[in-house]
Amino acid sequence: MKLSQLEPGQSGVIKEFTDLEMSVKLMEMGCLPGESIVVERYAPLGDPMAIRVSGYQLSLRKLEASTIILQ
Amino acid sequence: MEGDLKIALIGNPNSGKSTLFNILTGLNQKVGNFPGVTIDKKTGFCKLPDNRISQIIDLPGTYSLYPKSRDEVIVMEALADKKSAIHPDLIIFVADASNLKRNLLLYTQIADLKIPVIIALNMMDLAKRSGIEISSDALALKLGVQVVPISARNNDGISCLKQAILNSSKIPLQVDSIEVESLAPELIRKIQKELQVDLPYVALQLAHQHEQLSFLNADENKRISEIENEFAFHSQKTQATETIARYNFINDVLFDTISFKADAKLETISNRIDKVLTHKIFGFILFAVILFLIFQSIFAWSEYPMGLIEQLFVWLADTGNSLLPEGVLRSLLIDGVLAGLSGVLIFIPQIAILFAFISILEDTGYMSRVTFMMDKIMRKVGLNGKSVVPLIGGLACAVPAIMSARNIENWKDRMITIMVTPLVACSARLPIYTLLISLVVPSKSIWGFINLQGVALMSLYVFSIISAVVVAWVMKYILKSRERGYFIMELPVYRMPRWNNILLTMYEKVKTFVFEAGKVIIAISIILWVLASYGPGERFDTIEKKFESDLYTQKYTPAELDRLIASAKLENSYAGVLGKSIEPAIKPLGFDWKIGIALITSFAAREVFVGTMATIYSVDADDKHLESVRQKMQSARNPDTGLPVFTTAVAFSLMIFYAFAMQCMSTVAVVYRETKHWKWPTIQFVYMTGLAYVASFIVYQTLK
Repeated sequence: MKLSQLEPGQSGVIKEFTDLEMSVKLMEMGCLPGESIVVERYAPLGDPMAIRVSGYQLSLRKLEASTIILQ
Repeated sequence: MEGDLKIALIGNPNSGKSTLFNILTGLNQKVGNFPGVTIDKKTGFCKLPDNRISQIIDLPGTYSLYPKSRDEVIVMEALADKKSAIHPDLIIFVADASNLKRNLLLYTQIADLKIPVIIALNMMDLAKRSGIEISSDALALKLGVQVVPISARNNDGISCLKQAILNSSKIPLQVDSIEVESLAPELIRKIQKELQVDLPYVALQLAHQHEQLSFLNADENKRISEIENEFAFHSQKTQATETIARYNFINDVLFDTISFKADAKLETISNRIDKVLTHKIFGFILFAVILFLIFQSIFAWSEYPMGLIEQLFVWLADTGNSLLPEGVLRSLLIDGVLAGLSGVLIFIPQIAILFAFISILEDTGYMSRVTFMMDKIMRKVGLNGKSVVPLIGGLACAVPAIMSARNIENWKDRMITIMVTPLVACSARLPIYTLLISLVVPSKSIWGFINLQGVALMSLYVFSIISAVVVAWVMKYILKSRERGYFIMELPVYRMPRWNNILLTMYEKVKTFVFEAGKVIIAISIILWVLASYGPGERFDTIEKKFESDLYTQKYTPAELDRLIASAKLENSYAGVLGKSIEPAIKPLGFDWKIGIALITSFAAREVFVGTMATIYSVDADDKHLESVRQKMQSARNPDTGLPVFTTAVAFSLMIFYAFAMQCMSTVAVVYRETKHWKWPTIQFVYMTGLAYVASFIVYQTLK
């Protein structure tokens, strides 16, 4: 399951990444394997999305979210 | 002044670093440039409890030492290069207590550079309200550094922080976080040995970042590349391993120093606000309303202070005329210097109001929601959600806006943003727009509250944004991409704006405008005065002789004669000659040679147009009547037809010309510095001037 497939309000736990370059940036921002993520909302036009991870809100594009694989 | 101690502030974006910087330095700060790059370098001085003076350097906010943009490279350059002028003796690491885990990632990287460090645990109040309890003593013990809980917004804990600076040691005492050597043992050892680097982590960072670091010479750069190849060094893989190792260390540290309670009120409030502010419909309506409000306020609120400034200069000119003896000096002071000075100061109220709004939007956290909402549209036209900030910043001035485009990591997005930002109606166009709108648009209200002039101005702003978007969309297909773009951005919790911070921003922007743009404006006013007061060869003598003849002295009164002489002199001055020579080219746009002169002089900066008009008309018009520029332009008549010069068609054609033309030397310079190539500003200049000519031609020919 990819992060980008979740609906607002749904949550998941990060398992792995499909893109090395993106994963480095995501991990720096606190998206680590084992960390749980809640999808808070999508932008009015459907993209990007806002997620809650390690206690704060992060926004990222769906394309970027699709590199995060959930457990 | 160097100060006794050099302290660098380092931290994540939104960690409250800038607020702390403002508290520590107050008005004792100055904005300069970092060597080699153009981002603002903010430094200031802070008096310590023992009366020593410390120099505080505000380094750009970053999430890690691995830069995502050129801005962030500065942090590494300052810390790794001991010879750097901004290499600190002490680091204050500003950490957001409400998000400690992520903040500590950067801390552990910094700690491995072995510079003495203090942690300022900021936003403790916020953390408490979100149910986070942190034992700063336990944290201090585990990391081996002083940890000072502060709340920069509420001015709490600042004296403790200053005391901690006094107590800090000259040698780094922090404990090691991870085993850096194990990440790439041979590579690190070899770089350490060959380039004489003391610290393993610096050696590793050199391997990662050597291509971007300006303090390395070509040989060193080449050598590092060779060593990288020798050991098959994979930068991203190593970064990933390092980041995971650091988080493991951080988890150990935080295990018994931090505790969470279930109820997090703050998040919920912020979430509720977001439900409205980023709502499908209300979100966009609200954004439009906010923009509309800003421009109505600029018009309404600035009227009174601008009137006062106008009156002051009329009084000054009056007094000058009655006190000083007639002659060259009086003319220079009043028609050159004073006219230019009033052209600068008159716009302070508008700039201050605009920046007050922009900094409120930034401060409350709303600006990042704008980015969030706009990203999808912006991406379609080849821009980035982050381009909204430079574009909105461009409403004030293209120069800082273009510099703020550095935050866009993607090269192509950044280039397009830089190329179209000068199209956005900046505050330097505001003087031209206000002047011309007040000439041709009646100051009437419809439905009792909407000012027609305000509507005209807002249309110009909206138009400017549309044209920027269209040009960006075209460029999306022309420019070739170099790298991929990210949009991974923190959405900070909504907060009340900090009023003294906003006041400081307003002060700083006004100061920059007055001193940076002001210098140019006054200098050009004086050059113009020379150009308008002197002519080539014997022309001026000939004019005086011509009007001395009986033919004229009998026909006209002395006052009329004076005016004729002045007008003839201006026409034959250097400025007149210059303006006339371009008249054939600009006639289809509805411009005469006087406007031609203003077009030439305002190549330096758009706002010079107004100063030029002031000078031209105060030289041109009857000297006894000190009218404002506006009145002079209104009463200007075409000498051939007797009709007003500034008709609706001419005024709008002129406004459209300024909307498109790259009439700003500072923008040209800043684009060159940002892109490091003359190619970009040249393309920009040509396309913008071309657009301006075509658009003005269409407008004039239609409205005529």
